[in-house]
Amino acid sequence: MTGKEYRTITDVKGPLVFLNKTEPVAFGEIVTIRLADGSIKNGQVLDTSDDLVIVQVFEGTAKIDRTAGVTFMGDVFKLPVSKDLVGRILDGAGRPRDGGPDIVAEENADIIGAAINPFSRQSPHDFIQTGISAIDCCTTLVRGQKLPIFSASGLPHNDIALQIARQAKLKGSDEQFIVVFCAMGITAEEYNFFRSDLERTGALENAALFVNLADDPAVERIITPRLALTAAEYLAFEHDYHVLVIYTDMTNYCDALRQIGAAREEVPGRRGYPGYMYTDLAMLYERAGIVKGKKGSITQFPILTMPGDDITHPIPDLSGYITEGQIVISRELHQQGIYPPINVLPSLSRLMGSCIGADTTREDHKSVSDQMYAAYAQGRELRGLVAIVGEDALNERDKQLLDFSGVFEDRFLRQSRDEDRSIDETLDLCWELMSSIDTKYLVRLDQKWIEKYHPDNKA
Amino acid sequence: MSKEGVIYRISGPVVTATGMSAGMYDVVRVGDEGLMGEVIELHGEKAVIQVYEDTSGIRPGEPVINTGETLSVSLGPGLLTQIYDGIQRPLPTLEEVMGVFITRGVDADAFDLEKKWTFEAVVEKGAAVEGGQVIGHVQETETIVHKIMVPPTMSGVVKNIKSGDFNVTETVCTLEDGSEIQMMQKWPVRTPRPYRQKYAPDTPLITGMRILDFLFPLAKGGAAGIPGPFGSGKTVTQQSLAKYSDAQIVVYIGCGERGNEMTEVLDEFPHLIDPNTGKPLMNRTVMIANTSNMPVAAREASVYTGITIAEYFRDMGYDVALMADSTSRWAEAMREISSRLEEMPGEEGYPAYLSSRIAEFYERAGRVETKNGDDGSVTVIGAVSPPGGDISEPVSQGTLRIVKVFWGLDAGLARQRHFPAINWLNSYSLYPQSLNQWFRDNIAQDFPEIRTQISGLLQIEAELQEIVQLVGSDALPVDQQLTLEVARMIREFFLQQNGFHDVDAYCDINLQYSMSKAILSFQEAAKNAMAAGAQLNDVVNVPARTALMRGRFEKGYIDTIDDMVKTMVDEIGATVEDN
Repeated sequence: MTGKEYRTITDVKGPLVFLNKTEPVAFGEIVTIRLADGSIKNGQVLDTSDDLVIVQVFEGTAKIDRTAGVTFMGDVFKLPVSKDLVGRILDGAGRPRDGGPDIVAEENADIIGAAINPFSRQSPHDFIQTGISAIDCCTTLVRGQKLPIFSASGLPHNDIALQIARQAKLKGSDEQFIVVFCAMGITAEEYNFFRSDLERTGALENAALFVNLADDPAVERIITPRLALTAAEYLAFEHDYHVLVIYTDMTNYCDALRQIGAAREEVPGRRGYPGYMYTDLAMLYERAGIVKGKKGSITQFPILTMPGDDITHPIPDLSGYITEGQIVISRELHQQGIYPPINVLPSLSRLMGSCIGADTTREDHKSVSDQMYAAYAQGRELRGLVAIVGEDALNERDKQLLDFSGVFEDRFLRQSRDEDRSIDETLDLCWELMSSIDTKYLVRLDQKWIEKYHPDNKA
Repeated sequence: MSKEGVIYRISGPVVTATGMSAGMYDVVRVGDEGLMGEVIELHGEKAVIQVYEDTSGIRPGEPVINTGETLSVSLGPGLLTQIYDGIQRPLPTLEEVMGVFITRGVDADAFDLEKKWTFEAVVEKGAAVEGGQVIGHVQETETIVHKIMVPPTMSGVVKNIKSGDFNVTETVCTLEDGSEIQMMQKWPVRTPRPYRQKYAPDTPLITGMRILDFLFPLAKGGAAGIPGPFGSGKTVTQQSLAKYSDAQIVVYIGCGERGNEMTEVLDEFPHLIDPNTGKPLMNRTVMIANTSNMPVAAREASVYTGITIAEYFRDMGYDVALMADSTSRWAEAMREISSRLEEMPGEEGYPAYLSSRIAEFYERAGRVETKNGDDGSVTVIGAVSPPGGDISEPVSQGTLRIVKVFWGLDAGLARQRHFPAINWLNSYSLYPQSLNQWFRDNIAQDFPEIRTQISGLLQIEAELQEIVQLVGSDALPVDQQLTLEVARMIREFFLQQNGFHDVDAYCDINLQYSMSKAILSFQEAAKNAMAAGAQLNDVVNVPARTALMRGRFEKGYIDTIDDMVKTMVDEIGATVEDN
């Protein structure tokens, strides 16, 4: 099928090229377009019929005219994968960006990726210690989970992601994660920040980077995460690595999706995003997990910035319905100068229950986490009341809870960018802070844990 | 026109074929790999097909073959304990054939066609039988007898019938007109199975969840909607219902949801014990798992596959509960297909027929007299995932128009870790009127009155809270402060329930009644004590009350609760003398 070059372009619209009178072209087939000046662009078939073929061009359609030659490559998009991907930097379409040689393929993998049979999955249950108290205690991360960071512009989500990448480890193990980093439409500055941090800590040797920057073609962003995940799957399921995939920024990905939808004149869903965005995002997020009979795992950390800090915007909303929880970054906490400004109240880890307890973290973890959470939630609520009626109107219990919410933020949440707290340290800190509240108000704590861990009883 | 055509166009899951004679909803085989699809639109000689598998790499010109059948499920012994994808392919079989990743072009029988089952005839030679009539029994699992029925479209006089060991495709009964009956039958998923008549529901589906059974009961044969934003506990609630509700058969549809969550269900269920029979829960369960990244057209089909299986068991005279998590994903699948068809959209891009499809689906619930003359029911509980938690969107609204029970999940409650996070102020059930008699006869004569008192207290609390927000609770008169304490007890002791706790996860309906009475006893005793001069603080803090509240986490609570209440009342009485 390859070799034959068509010069039958009829329309060019946005990122799409329409052409007719071709041999049968496969859905999803890869296309190269040769321009008059000899330069080459790549694309993929979005719609195919006897009369008309629609091609989505990754590098943008600038300079394409009706005389451009279109060749169908006879195959769907594949990424050459090999163990050598580790330590390399590639661009958004999978070409080397670090000046190194081409990847010598051990295998060519279809980038769309097949769905994992739910029956063949293995339930994630290995606790990952991130060294960040708010995450370890309240929204515990599990190996094989997909846990996005819901952030907004101007917030330190990148620092948090990097701190997690640096510190993440299984409790009692030094086993490192392989980081697959996928940049979609971020600025060169942000990218340099990520790269230099990975370089500084030596993590770059254990990382594979796929980079599409803000000035790279927007449509290319559609394939960048798929390449990253294909690489991750190969490393995890063929080479037994534990892979941590960080991708940023999902908002740019979704905007690229909307751009293509608009060019195809599709019926838009909410806010102009395509109706199939849920399915499309699921095809990425669901590529996290552990499968039976394989040693490796894929854990995902997507970062997305919520437009207008709005958690009900379609991008965070649809993501939240697919991912196993979320870590929400708060502007309010950030402005109070607290790092990491994680608002634990709307944050959640759905898989937490399966990975905490005596065998993995500590027997009192669940109890402590529930109590910290409940006390902080009530304390926060009381702040609103105090603003109206003043602190004097509070009873003893409420006063203690109000004070607790302050130390919770100041001592529990706040930690430095290189502070790596072990889970024991985190839980001991919880007990220390909770001891400022009268035990009779700590109704969520089991009596036997109070006897064993409460500072009053420990001494 | 022939049965075979060729592909003209491919656009994602939608394929157009020409040169093929086809009717609406015919099942076709698409391309060289024979991918399964269904005709969903006809344009002149073009047939538009939704394909249940990934279409990458398929080209125009490849063949399309019409099977002439409509999308059907196989029904017969072997269904129970199975785990299917949206088009009834068993996932364990798919794993054997294709490994851990789901590839395409694989066909799999819905259940083992070779396995021998012991068929025991219950009609004799010469008996006149009608469609839907039971002609024999098979002990399918420890707890469930699978009743073999005459296919609904058949009737006649039995010429020959024999008990013995058969597989599902062997003929067990022949009629005078020569038609043969096997244990396996097929039924098109988009057509409701017939019954004699629908009854008004009069028996509650007991779920073991206090807030549901006590405040917002659902009837067997009814339909309920659970809308809620992400993280509010829809899935946990659905799973609790699947585990503990007193239905005889449970069909659980994971429709477009998370893979890891589905795996958790698949891992957990085989180890769970049914509180109603003491036998493994899987014995009564059929699961359908079509996760969010599996083909979207199969997701659209999955709810129909599920409800047809549910109706089949209903026709045997069983009470069936069907959980669909989440119907929003099903609606989105419709939207996706609809937009590929370039149909004129209704609200928010959903097709104009969305609400009628939702209504048709929920209308397949009901308590019926079966064709065999038995009483059977299908109860449908559908989760809804409204974007941003805003239930003014089309799927929630379409659901609320048809269901009679609304369990509204609330992000605020979930955030306070109040679970189940069902908002008691905006949830409703329209069934109490028709179920009150059952509660009076089976639990207690004053059951409905107690319920009214409890929900009344919660209403009053909501009003008082508005004042507290402005002036603080200390400014209220003591009797109102007591009301707040009682309401807090209702919330923390009664409404909150730990779905993961060994004991608390399932609460017997009689115990629910005792617990609600205990709260009212506390209110009564406290009121009297305070009238006699006791302090609110002392009354609230009597040790026996704490013991009573903690007691719900202990086994055997139902036997000790009455004594605990007595001790509490005595201690409260004693606070008067302390002053």
